[in-house]
Amino acid sequence: MARVVVDVMLKPEILDPQGQAVQRALPRLGFQGIADVRQGKRFELEVEGPVDEAALARIHEMAETFLANTVIEDFVVKVEEPDHAAAGEPK
Amino acid sequence: MTARIGVVTFPGTLDDRDTQRAVRVAGAEAVPLWHRDKDLKQVDAVVLPGGFSYGDYLRAGAISRFSPLMETVIEQAKGGMPVLGICNGFQVLTETHLLPGAMLRNNHLHFVCRDQKLRVETDNTAWTSDYTAGQEISVPLKNIDGRYVADERTLDMLEAEGRVAFRYLDLNPNGSLRDIAGISNAAGNVVGLMPHPEHAVEPLVGTGRTDGLGFFTSILKNLLKGAHA
Repeated sequence: MARVVVDVMLKPEILDPQGQAVQRALPRLGFQGIADVRQGKRFELEVEGPVDEAALARIHEMAETFLANTVIEDFVVKVEEPDHAAAGEPK
Repeated sequence: MTARIGVVTFPGTLDDRDTQRAVRVAGAEAVPLWHRDKDLKQVDAVVLPGGFSYGDYLRAGAISRFSPLMETVIEQAKGGMPVLGICNGFQVLTETHLLPGAMLRNNHLHFVCRDQKLRVETDNTAWTSDYTAGQEISVPLKNIDGRYVADERTLDMLEAEGRVAFRYLDLNPNGSLRDIAGISNAAGNVVGLMPHPEHAVEPLVGTGRTDGLGFFTSILKNLLKGAHA
């Protein structure tokens, strides 16, 4: 089965206090040199049938209307390499 | 005859009973509505109460927005039916895009629960006509995803059109842009706010004041006026 990944991130101009909290915790944990952290969401979709143009168009529509709120978030749709999906089972 | 005001229950809604009670205290009939029904049971207005519908999964209000009942509510609201969204209900209304902008995690990341002073900025909506513009009220506030955001153009438009309905006073509890606690649509039939007027309708409980009752008396008067017109 083919995997399509949708990454959703807050738009750059939107304040991300959760990312900031993670970033502030890093030096205390001994991780130096991270200037900024922004936290997002990753959706892994296992697609039945071929991931053709029509399927990707539907996934794009799904991301735009549901997975992301485009008032505050940007999203990217990526098709994952098939060998990666096969090797990843079971995780 | 009195007005019928629907109160929606989603899985995870918390304040539906308090809202029904507030509707009755104001003198209207409260009609429970279930998220999976499509039928609005001939109500004259709808309140979307607070809580954590669908566990706030994905984003607060994001899944509720696609419930069968909301499809009908959206259609009717566009036709002029009054809709009030309180807290999670406000989040649902921004997710439907009936109201512009979006709600995000409080800037300090803590859950807030306090009596909150507000200024009612407009009496020109279906839900605020019993107040006077500029009136200060105090009602409970309780949320973690209460930070109202919208782009600068939208914020300027809301201000210019008098659609900032409520503003936080004394303290901005969640980092909402321009201290916005609630807004309305252009027609004034759809209103959303983070604080909870339904918890301030009887002197015995809550803030000990009845500052929130005006929402429910406003809509009742407007509906009865409409019925007799």
